[in-house]
Amino acid sequence: MNEQLAKQYWKKNIKYLIILLSIWFTVSFGFGIILIEELNQFKIGGFKLGFWFAQQGSIYVFVALIFVYILLMNRLDKKFNSKRSS
Amino acid sequence: MSLQLWIWLMVGVTFTLYIGIAIWSKAGSTKEFYVAGSGVSPIANGMATAADWMSAASFISMAGLISFMGYDGSVYLMGWTGGYVLLALLLAPYLRKFGKFTVPDFIGDRYYSNTARVVAVICALIISFTYVAGQMRGVGLVFSRYLEVDINTGVVIGMAIVLFYAVLGGMKGITYTQVAQYCVLIFAFMVPAIFISIQMTGNPIPQIGFGSQGTDGMYLLDKLDGLSRELGFHQYTSGSKSKLDVFFITAALMVGTAGLPHVIVRFFTVKKVSDARKSAGWALLFIAILYTTAPAIAVFARINLIETVSEKRYDELPGWFDNWEKTGLLTFDDKNKDGLVQYLADPKLNELSIDRDIMVMANPEIAELPNWVIALLAAGALAAALSTAAGLLLVISASVSHDLIKKIIKPDVSEKGELIAARVSAFFAVLLAGYFGINPPGFVAATVALAFGLAAASFFPAIVMGIFYKRMNKEGAVSGMIVGLLLMLFYMTKFKFGWFGGGTSDDWWFGVSPEGFGTFAMLANFIVSLIICHLTAKPPKEIQELVERIRIPSIE
Repeated sequence: MNEQLAKQYWKKNIKYLIILLSIWFTVSFGFGIILIEELNQFKIGGFKLGFWFAQQGSIYVFVALIFVYILLMNRLDKKFNSKRSS
Repeated sequence: MSLQLWIWLMVGVTFTLYIGIAIWSKAGSTKEFYVAGSGVSPIANGMATAADWMSAASFISMAGLISFMGYDGSVYLMGWTGGYVLLALLLAPYLRKFGKFTVPDFIGDRYYSNTARVVAVICALIISFTYVAGQMRGVGLVFSRYLEVDINTGVVIGMAIVLFYAVLGGMKGITYTQVAQYCVLIFAFMVPAIFISIQMTGNPIPQIGFGSQGTDGMYLLDKLDGLSRELGFHQYTSGSKSKLDVFFITAALMVGTAGLPHVIVRFFTVKKVSDARKSAGWALLFIAILYTTAPAIAVFARINLIETVSEKRYDELPGWFDNWEKTGLLTFDDKNKDGLVQYLADPKLNELSIDRDIMVMANPEIAELPNWVIALLAAGALAAALSTAAGLLLVISASVSHDLIKKIIKPDVSEKGELIAARVSAFFAVLLAGYFGINPPGFVAATVALAFGLAAASFFPAIVMGIFYKRMNKEGAVSGMIVGLLLMLFYMTKFKFGWFGGGTSDDWWFGVSPEGFGTFAMLANFIVSLIICHLTAKPPKEIQELVERIRIPSIE
């Protein structure tokens, strides 16, 4: 039973990782590097959008990603622990 | 109050604080010495990690680098922050669950082999020594510019301070001094940035300020693009490097960040797995404050500089110009003898050469801020350099006393004996670092980039596969690390020092610069590991169980 639970836990963790790391890749390598010219045609305030992602936006998203991960994993840990002890 | 007096006061007060903390947090056991007894709170560890991570280079050089590179400087911003996402998601929680003292500990146990352990120790030592030399040099530079002492005397003063709290307090002393150093350095970095942002745009938040309109109603970035074009530089908001190279450099810096032993080891100091995740989040938040401000400072400083000096009469320039000229970091050569400063991209016509390191340090003087702000900046730069140096020295001492002496040479050494060995190796590591600070190898700048490449090429794949791929065995991991390490060393020495026939940027493989080659070497490590691992036996059962165990946090 415990082994089954552990497998489920790990699978869920991997799913979170794939989703969060795809966002991580998109905002930095995607918006900040690969698609920069396309995004630079748009402006927010004095920033060209691609430039903003490369020097500001990607960093904000990185911070948010880790905190979302903390939240998701704390919830998963709680569920896992209550199932395991029951 | 005079500037000199202010600086002595700020530096004196902060140094007394660090020494006080060191005495208060003396380490009594090896567990306290290596991992601060694993009792650090997530927020404190986040601050300590941020100070550990942000070196003299982040504090002094990075904004200056971006100032001259424009968009191309984004590789540092994304690279040195994005790595924390990898660290938080792929490494920190599992390594904490594993629960030992060092990175070679993990590699040695997970790959059930002392060969793997020794390879990991060698990687850790090379990475940490290349990195620490630069820090000591940074300490010396700040002392020599601001306290008008000899640069070598500056290095010796820095050594004495680090020696005191690293040898006495170990990780425990280092952690709490780093918390204090973070507060000093972030305050020192933000105050001038906020002042200048208000001066130039009326907005107190630099992150917004550099995308706002200046006093003349023009957006700062548009203005800078225009000025850059006029003077013949490439446009600030677009790059001059190839897209592929930017991609590779960013990836190498991210992965390298996640693989640096002095950063990883910080996550061994918290109580439990969930705290390791939390402290990675706090660490990146604290780092992001400086990293999102740096590009703003870069823009402010560049505009200020151009407007202050370009086409101005040399003999009417403000006092700071003179001060920095004396240090040799700023030089003016009136080529066309018109008495005006021509600052241009064309090297034949350009008369002004500026060391990028002075952009942050001279910034408050250029913006005519009060003396105490300049003094604060000096104390902040010292905090940044000292905190990183201390973290690195701890990795070096733990590698020697724990991974080599305790685990390989003399496993029956007593707790007390190991603690003495740890202190003695910390002592010698400081002396060696100081030696490199006084006699810097000419390639310091190159070797810091090398440290990231090496960490990316060696540790990162070995640790990630150790956690996420149960089938990975010692043959695969060891050969992967060796191939990655050698390939990186080969490429770096070939193109940076001209060994193995040297070569120019035209000879780069696929157009990838040595700075970005870490990504390539990392991929080679992954591929070699996977191939070799499938040609050799599965890891033993107890290792597979170990992997199962570190994947799941224990019940709390």
